[in-house]
Amino acid sequence: MTTSRLYRTEAIVLRHVRFGEADRLLTLFTPHYGKLRVVAKGVLRPTSRLAGHLEVFARSALLLARTRTFDIVTQAQTLESNAAIREDLQRTSSALYAAELLDRLSEERHENYPAYALFLSFLEWLSTVQEPELPVRYFEMQLLELSGYRPELYICLNCKRPLSEEANAFSGAAGGALCPQCALGDPEARTVSVATQKVLRLLQKGDLAQARRLRLTEPLTRELEQLMRLYLPHVTERDLRSTAFVDVVRATPPTGPAYRTGRLD
Amino acid sequence: MTSQFGLSGPMARLIEELSRLPGIGPKSAQRLAYHLLRSPQEQSEALAQALLDMKAKSILCSVCQNITERDPCALCQDTTRDRSILCVVEEPLDLVALERARSYRGLYHVLHGVISPMDGVGPDQLKVRELLARLQDLPTGQAGGGVQEIIMATNPTLEGEATAMYLQRLIAPLGIRVTRLARGLPAGADLEYADEVTLARALENRQEVSS
Repeated sequence: MTTSRLYRTEAIVLRHVRFGEADRLLTLFTPHYGKLRVVAKGVLRPTSRLAGHLEVFARSALLLARTRTFDIVTQAQTLESNAAIREDLQRTSSALYAAELLDRLSEERHENYPAYALFLSFLEWLSTVQEPELPVRYFEMQLLELSGYRPELYICLNCKRPLSEEANAFSGAAGGALCPQCALGDPEARTVSVATQKVLRLLQKGDLAQARRLRLTEPLTRELEQLMRLYLPHVTERDLRSTAFVDVVRATPPTGPAYRTGRLD
Repeated sequence: MTSQFGLSGPMARLIEELSRLPGIGPKSAQRLAYHLLRSPQEQSEALAQALLDMKAKSILCSVCQNITERDPCALCQDTTRDRSILCVVEEPLDLVALERARSYRGLYHVLHGVISPMDGVGPDQLKVRELLARLQDLPTGQAGGGVQEIIMATNPTLEGEATAMYLQRLIAPLGIRVTRLARGLPAGADLEYADEVTLARALENRQEVSS
């Protein structure tokens, strides 16, 4: 009985909130249990043996105990700290945005191994880049695919004809592309350049190696972001809160040297 | 009116109010209410008065944003404090913790939270504007002396680090030295259970052993 209460899983911490005197309520994403909400006891105390292994974006091996409410973390060991993300403001803001999207599009205890693998590869890619936009766009497109919200990019959603290679339109409300004629009847439709359509299709295809080789110009990067911001609220049913912070960070570029650590003297 | 606890009148109202407090469930609320019922009249009056005074007299210090009774607060008015160092903390209780350590003699700035994008808390919801206004005013203002160093004492969590990094970007153009509290092993810790980031930091910031 005592052993069956315990189970093991690997997990990435998506977020945490304070819970009671010195505990935290964690939102985890796991390979086989999907999204999980669990309690980590005593992690706000300085001598906690768990705290360092349960920071946001850390991938850890956990031992959990089943309870009638939230399961409890009994052991934790870091597998990958993802410190490169936590030590860079732009990467942090992008990873928080991706985590919010994953949280919003996932149900508790619904296994979604491909989404777990996608988030892992996203964090790994993000850790190595200076400009986080491309990993974020790839993650969005692939997560939409895995969650059943794939935007249509090949035929016009209104007249159902294949799109020709020209500037077509994209409508969040319609769920994807519209031909120039049909776009006239949709007030939300935005014109999309041929280059942007090609990038969207490539990101949707899911070839990570090919996606990593892409080089985006600044206008193309902005256009892709705007399109996703038009589309995603229709899927998540409300605006994603962390987009505001992505914008704040972008508007505040680093100027001087990063802060120094050191002793008081 | 009968409440969910099968009580009516003032007791039910008190239990309901107490159970709104963080960490107080219905059972604790009932226990507290019965304790107060049995305790002397003066004790309840003192508690009620303390609550009313706290709400009526607590304000934010216009300089450091800490909770105080008079403005500026005692810490900001203390002429013996070092005005060239400013320590930025998340919450008033963090300031209390640092004061308890008795090794810091500079001034403070309380942010009243931490950037938490998923909860919709951005820099505008914190006392960031007040910090920047203070840094721009101080060298010429009545407080005297410019700030030469800012210690980021936000928690070493993702949100605390993000807040410190964001503030560093805002402060860097002012030419003020920005430092961060050291990270390493806490007293009473066990190496075996320490995470790799903490261990790496502890190694980076190691110190010579002197006899």
